[in-house]
Amino acid sequence: MGPGLIEVWMLYYPIFLKGLVGTLKYAAIAVFFGTLLGCFIAILHLSKNKIINAIAVVYVNVLRGTPLLVQMYIAYFFLPMAFPVMNALSKEQYVILSLILNSSAYVSEIIRGGITSVDKGQTEAARSLGMSSKNCMMQIIMPQAVKNILPSLANEYIAMIKETSLAGTFMCYELMYTRTLLANKFLMWQPLFIIAGIYLVVTLVLSFFVKLLEKRLAASD
Amino acid sequence: MINEKEVIIEVVDLKKNFGDLEVLKGINEKIYKGEVVSIIGASGGGKSTFLRCLNMLEVPTGGHVYFEGNELVDGTTDLDAHRQKIGMVFQHFNVFPHLTVLRNITITPMLEKGMSKEEAEKEAMDLLKMVGLEDKANEYPRKLSGGQKQRLAIVRALAMHPDVMLFDEPTSALDPEMVKGVLEVIKDLTDTGMTCVIVTHEMGFAKTVSDRVLFIDDGLVMEEGTPEELFDHPQNPRTQEFLSKVL
Repeated sequence: MGPGLIEVWMLYYPIFLKGLVGTLKYAAIAVFFGTLLGCFIAILHLSKNKIINAIAVVYVNVLRGTPLLVQMYIAYFFLPMAFPVMNALSKEQYVILSLILNSSAYVSEIIRGGITSVDKGQTEAARSLGMSSKNCMMQIIMPQAVKNILPSLANEYIAMIKETSLAGTFMCYELMYTRTLLANKFLMWQPLFIIAGIYLVVTLVLSFFVKLLEKRLAASD
Repeated sequence: MINEKEVIIEVVDLKKNFGDLEVLKGINEKIYKGEVVSIIGASGGGKSTFLRCLNMLEVPTGGHVYFEGNELVDGTTDLDAHRQKIGMVFQHFNVFPHLTVLRNITITPMLEKGMSKEEAEKEAMDLLKMVGLEDKANEYPRKLSGGQKQRLAIVRALAMHPDVMLFDEPTSALDPEMVKGVLEVIKDLTDTGMTCVIVTHEMGFAKTVSDRVLFIDDGLVMEEGTPEELFDHPQNPRTQEFLSKVL
């Protein structure tokens, strides 16, 4: 069996903590840029132009309908081969890219829901004042949409924390990658439970804050 | 009285379908500068749709809308520029809940007309004083009553210095005790010579404030005239029937 969990933790906790930092970093990058890109996709999705709309629908369906792991393999092995220009990116950046793209598809659906949840009268009022459609979207609709979807976005961040475990497959230093590191030291089972425990604590704590956020937002209405 | 008859809005053979439903069946109408026109009629008759076609919130299926001589329907004109001169007040206020009362008023003049913050806020404060909301300037709309929200919506539209104001049932969503305050603001506005088109169910108000009343039913202007003509001596049987129900 080898050493116990506590012993392994005491010996190697800097490695786990470094992994956790990596995990939170990847999740934050994926959700931040995924949100920016997701806003853009959501607006395309809401376009009345059929072609633009179709592009967004295909984008979202492909990225949500295929496993992230497959997307990562494609980003990691296929993209540098198919588009040599993109060799400017490091291997890690390809993995991050696939996380961002994947996240953008999920976030765009959340944002689209947020935008359509804003009363149509808001758009009508803004446009009747002579506000351009761009200003109406950025100044009137988006701020209200974002407030409506903050809890969903936060939950997406929590989900993304778990998704980033796949990045360890490509030797990106995150929590799951610590298993590979410690397996080299013949620690086969202990890291798995420590890693699972860390994920659980982080997601439970963050979920608790999302609940608080939801209450605060509900109170401000 | 309107002596010089300068047309500000002209509507020619205006048609609007929602799917198979014909809501407007060919309306011809002229709104003159300085005129106060009330539109009455049963729900579903096309009053609101007609009003919403005047600033292209509804895109007509057929016909023409000319605002100050510019055709709005054919898609070649800069709609935003014209809409800045056509104020609109909605049944459900549609104030911006995420912006303060003051910002509700200043945002569009600042964004679209490049007005400075100081200038826009000074003007907004004057407008708020006009409707008795100056002490609410830094509140958010959720703190306002329905009547206060509607008065805010009115001055928000006025901040764009419109040439005409459209009112779409401005008091229909208000508690009864709030109606008077809003109607007074509209009355004051008509006294300043502002051109107003008002869709309303407040027959008493329509009678006192209007130069002309249109009765719209079944997608057509069935009858029009001065308030006295229309309310006291309606000619069309449909008008008579409608008025017998509401008066």
